[in-house]
Amino acid sequence: MPDLMKQSPYGTFLEHCKKGELAYQVSTDDGKAVFYPRVVAPGSGSTHLEWRVSKGLGTVYSTTVVYYKDEKPLNVALIDLDEGFRMMSRVEDIDSLEVKIGMRVKVRIHPGDEKQPPYPVFTPAGRGA
Amino acid sequence: MTLKRDSVAVVGAAESDLGQVAPHTSPVDLMAQATLRALDDCGLKLSDIDGVFSAATQVRTAPMTLAEYLRIKPRYFDGTAIGGSSFMSHVAHAQAAIEHGLCEVALVAYGSTQRSVSRAAASPREFNPYETPYRPFMPSSAYAMAAARHMHQYGTKREQLAEVAVAARKWALLNPKAWEKEPLTIEQVLKSRMVSYPLTVRDCCLVVDGGGAIILTSAARAKSLRKKPAYVLGVGEALSHANISSMPDLTVSAASESGPNAFGMAKLKPADVDMLSLYDAFTITPILFLEDLGFCRKGEGGPFAASGAIAPGGKLPVNTSGGGLSYCHPGMYGLLVMIEAIRQVRGECDKRQVKDCEVALAHGNGGVLSSQCTVIFGSDATL
Repeated sequence: MPDLMKQSPYGTFLEHCKKGELAYQVSTDDGKAVFYPRVVAPGSGSTHLEWRVSKGLGTVYSTTVVYYKDEKPLNVALIDLDEGFRMMSRVEDIDSLEVKIGMRVKVRIHPGDEKQPPYPVFTPAGRGA
Repeated sequence: MTLKRDSVAVVGAAESDLGQVAPHTSPVDLMAQATLRALDDCGLKLSDIDGVFSAATQVRTAPMTLAEYLRIKPRYFDGTAIGGSSFMSHVAHAQAAIEHGLCEVALVAYGSTQRSVSRAAASPREFNPYETPYRPFMPSSAYAMAAARHMHQYGTKREQLAEVAVAARKWALLNPKAWEKEPLTIEQVLKSRMVSYPLTVRDCCLVVDGGGAIILTSAARAKSLRKKPAYVLGVGEALSHANISSMPDLTVSAASESGPNAFGMAKLKPADVDMLSLYDAFTITPILFLEDLGFCRKGEGGPFAASGAIAPGGKLPVNTSGGGLSYCHPGMYGLLVMIEAIRQVRGECDKRQVKDCEVALAHGNGGVLSSQCTVIFGSDATL
């Protein structure tokens, strides 16, 4: 179990983002991927959680396009990573409406800005990914 | 220990004023107004209430604040807050409390002024570092992704989603209290302003002020009161996640657990139900709940809605009030979902009354398809 006086699950996740990495946890008792990061494995309550860096490849599980007033349509998607966890993100470098369920995608860390720390987004993966 | 079929009944039910209330009206004003109307409905007095159940996004300590306002001292109170289905949970918890003698007359109340103060002010979103950076328009974007996945897996069409809104509007035109007063076509739904693809503004529930109250007591005491009791035949409660990124399967809600539990307690099956009151926050939700509660097979909710089955004249009346899409949706709509079902089994629905309605199922949804709670109401004939 991490010492929450020293480091939080999101804090660790964020450190990886700053290095350009998408991090997740694995419960070493059963080998299951855990996301979002936690202090205990959901379901089992095991504290045997190890941090891993994802290869960053995944598949769009679902997708929507948000129409905010006076803004370009914004993609929001749920991505199933190959390591066996799901996360919310968006797919960039492609028209929002062209993001399709089943599409293969690859992670990229968005640098964020003064208010928003770095966070993972996705782009269409090349052929064969 | 399990709850007993028809041990308690709803004896009083009322809406507060609905729509756009006067400036500076508080959510608790609406709760209190509805409470007095519900008491008048059954002939009980304020001092008879000894159990208070409430939740509201604008009133963090709802049972406490409402008890202060009404100056009552409940022996039992419960502020379970799981979104729009909180009130179905309150009914289940009130039943447990009444069965065990923890209270005798339970009030369940809700109020919201979200139209007056804005939805953002009435119901601010919690920050989630794994979702908030992507700026989903919540809750709409979560339901949009559920709809998109259902379309992908089962071939559900936007036109079929639109049929849900059109059916709701047809019912609303039979309900004098409904917010919407004009007919609606499929084409109008499809061509309305897109909110979060594939959902347009007409696929989304209304944003209005309003509230409601119901009074429950033991079946024995219910028999001596003013109106025909609406007996609680079955209840079921289930949680599957809180955030949409943690929902195991976006095409299957936990109504697939709450429904069978409620039917099991009621010793009934879907074919025994005369009308459904399904939380229609978005057009996709009645489709999911028809499937998950066992009224059609998984994936067939779209064609089922498009067949006209759920509209006036159809074989399975759904959301006869006009629903959250066309009647009223004051933020957490579950209490009003039940009020319509209660009125149907009492036979009080005038032009929209379902003939010989003895069993009505009210299903609540909360969060982003997160909490699912089912209550089955029955008339005298079901005892």
